[in-house]
Amino acid sequence: MEVRTIRLPRLKLKIRGGVHPPDHKSLTADKPIRRIPAPSEVIIPLRQHAGVPCVPQVKKGDQVFVGTVLGDAEAFVSAPVHSSVSGKVINIAAHPHPAGGEVLSVVVENDGQYTPAPGLQPLNWREMDGDAIRQAVRAAGMVGLGGAAFPTHVKLSPPSDYPIDTVILNGAECEPYLNSDYRLMLERAEDIVEGMRIIMKAVGAPRGIIAVEDNKPLAVRKMAEAARDPSIQVSSLRTRYPQGAEKVLIYNLLDREVPSGGLPMHVGVVVNNVGTACAIAQYFRTGMPLVERVVTVTGSVIREPSNLLVPIGTTFAAAVEACGGFTEPPGKVIMGGPMMGLAQYTLDVPVVKATSGILALSQEETDYELPREPVCIRCGRCVEACPMNLIPTYLAAFAHREKWDDLLRLHVNDCIECGCCTYTCPTKNPIVQLIKTAKAELARRKARSDKRAQEKGAPAEEGGHGSR
Amino acid sequence: MEAGRFVVSTSPHIRDPITTRKIMCRVILALAPVTVFAVAVHGVHALYVLLSSMAGAMLGELAVQKGRRMPVTLNDCSALLTGLLLALTLPPHLPWWTALIGGLTATVLGKQIFGGLGHNLFNPALVGRAVVFVSWLTYLNAGYVKTASLGLAHTATHRAIEKAVDVASGATPLAAMKIVYDPSTSPVGPGGVPHGIQASTYYKPLLLANPWGCLGEVSALLLILGGIYLVVTRVIDWRIPVIYVGTVAILTAITGRDPLFYTLAGGLLIGAIFMATDYTTSPLAGKGKVVYALGLGVVTWLLRFWSNNPEGVMFAILFMNGMVPVIDRYLLPRSYGIGTETREGKA
Repeated sequence: MEVRTIRLPRLKLKIRGGVHPPDHKSLTADKPIRRIPAPSEVIIPLRQHAGVPCVPQVKKGDQVFVGTVLGDAEAFVSAPVHSSVSGKVINIAAHPHPAGGEVLSVVVENDGQYTPAPGLQPLNWREMDGDAIRQAVRAAGMVGLGGAAFPTHVKLSPPSDYPIDTVILNGAECEPYLNSDYRLMLERAEDIVEGMRIIMKAVGAPRGIIAVEDNKPLAVRKMAEAARDPSIQVSSLRTRYPQGAEKVLIYNLLDREVPSGGLPMHVGVVVNNVGTACAIAQYFRTGMPLVERVVTVTGSVIREPSNLLVPIGTTFAAAVEACGGFTEPPGKVIMGGPMMGLAQYTLDVPVVKATSGILALSQEETDYELPREPVCIRCGRCVEACPMNLIPTYLAAFAHREKWDDLLRLHVNDCIECGCCTYTCPTKNPIVQLIKTAKAELARRKARSDKRAQEKGAPAEEGGHGSR
Repeated sequence: MEAGRFVVSTSPHIRDPITTRKIMCRVILALAPVTVFAVAVHGVHALYVLLSSMAGAMLGELAVQKGRRMPVTLNDCSALLTGLLLALTLPPHLPWWTALIGGLTATVLGKQIFGGLGHNLFNPALVGRAVVFVSWLTYLNAGYVKTASLGLAHTATHRAIEKAVDVASGATPLAAMKIVYDPSTSPVGPGGVPHGIQASTYYKPLLLANPWGCLGEVSALLLILGGIYLVVTRVIDWRIPVIYVGTVAILTAITGRDPLFYTLAGGLLIGAIFMATDYTTSPLAGKGKVVYALGLGVVTWLLRFWSNNPEGVMFAILFMNGMVPVIDRYLLPRSYGIGTETREGKA
């Protein structure tokens, strides 16, 4: 029951940048998780994860149950999706997705019975080996619930030449407004610790660290009480965005730097979100795959900001309605937090596995003045704020002028797109937006040159180094 | 539920309320006490210098932007700040038109020619001052004379020096000390400090109310307080002024002169706190800032003791401004994950 408090030395923090935006957590911090029923129809996209989209495993008219597989894929980097209600498949068609664009989705008519799929069984992970745990985690459709939605079984499959010595559970929740992880840590601490044990067993790690920002002392205490195991530590980190970014977390906790273009496993670490650990534990206990998640519905224009347990496939509109609707027409609706979340054009998108929050900002909060001609006054704030120690203002300038070689020379692909540079910029230069555009273009160029090289049978030249 | 239309843009969706205008206004606020006090000490002539310099700087900005059909950015207050900073480096009895031309040159030649805010290589206020310096040196020197005849009393030391060397023009404390230490003009001969003339007698007036010198040199204490305000509000990085002044003080002590006097006297404090920290003309990142500040200290020290002029701050800053692109090219921070090892096979 060790509470190890890591207070970062000031100098180190300075070097690692970050910003401290107003957190607005108090809107929902004290609101217990409230389960809401699914609406009469749920819309379940067949791509809710980073990787290969699923193909439908059901057809129109099929009867499905809670936990029935709706879609799956053969590929390794993919995760199946399951029905969150029982009822009939009424449509399989492209539908607006909260991550943008339209995605093939299964629409299930809710019969209101919530009949579980037959054959769902609790699993005893203590009697399973790593491979069996990974297969089970994949079968449960588990993905990173922090927002990136990377398939969890992939994270739990490090190659044997990279031994894992530490599993980190990320409970930093450094994005303003969001409280879904915080509420889970308060209400389901035991499950989170159980999930940690399962992950540690799967990757064979001797040590686990649960990392929480020090603005959540109650969560730190709850987690420390639940972690009776001496191999599991709870660390309280200084509150600073983006403390919860994987690479930042690893550096601040373990003083290790993930090599450019590398993964946490390359430095012996696996990082998972506390919400993911909680969901894994629940799955092993009940056998029910990932069909619901905690969503913080918040913002100045939400009548009753809440933390909801939402069946996957519930529309944003229904989730907002469950919180009393809007007090005034919002200027912007965001999936996730204000720093990295995705702006929505409609509320007719479903809650997906990656939906940690639904944030509605007022029109006033949305209208900040943007410059007609962005300039850089070289104040250096973005350089100080960049947790990756990049030079954001140069990257933005090079992106603007399409200087691809210079972008690669300054390691543009190491940008984690946290947005600190843009948040802190006094001239309101859209720095990270320019960088994202450049990264996408560089990826396209690399794909093109790889393809050309393949056709010629010669090694690729253009496009530089490892983007993930 | 009527939701209406939403703004769609990429993250981040919130911004820090800081703006360029706010930053400039904070610097102006930090300079306000010393400016007001300068007018109080030097009288209405100081006000003429201030107003004509600021008007010149803003006119220059306006003229170029109008002429080039660009958006006029006077409301970011940067031209106003340039004019104010220039005025604070000028003596109180400078003819008003000289200050006006200085202000015009500052923004036209020092800033707009390079493309405006954020693009200039040299500190605009100091470009303006350099032009005044080389064009009207006699006016500059004469500007101090009348000050010396103001109601504020000379210290005994100052009187003694002026009498001893029989200066035709008014002498700033730095100039007085230059004369004292110069073997060819020293009233007491090579190497020796004249009896009864001690740099330490200048401490108090330099710190609190200094009637001999430029407007901005009127009180070191007010400059330091302004600097503390800017560091606390995170407008400037403490490293540049502290390392700059520290380097000058240490080198001065090594040379055998009074480090406190040479810190308080002349343009060192206003230069180190308000000019060397100018964003556009100083390095972007930490390591570069340290090298830049060290360079400023060394060049200032060299110019003060081994050039014809008593002061070296202006040319030191302009010189190091020119070095900034080089510094920024070679001293960028090492980015995360570059040059680190994977832990392959290590158990």
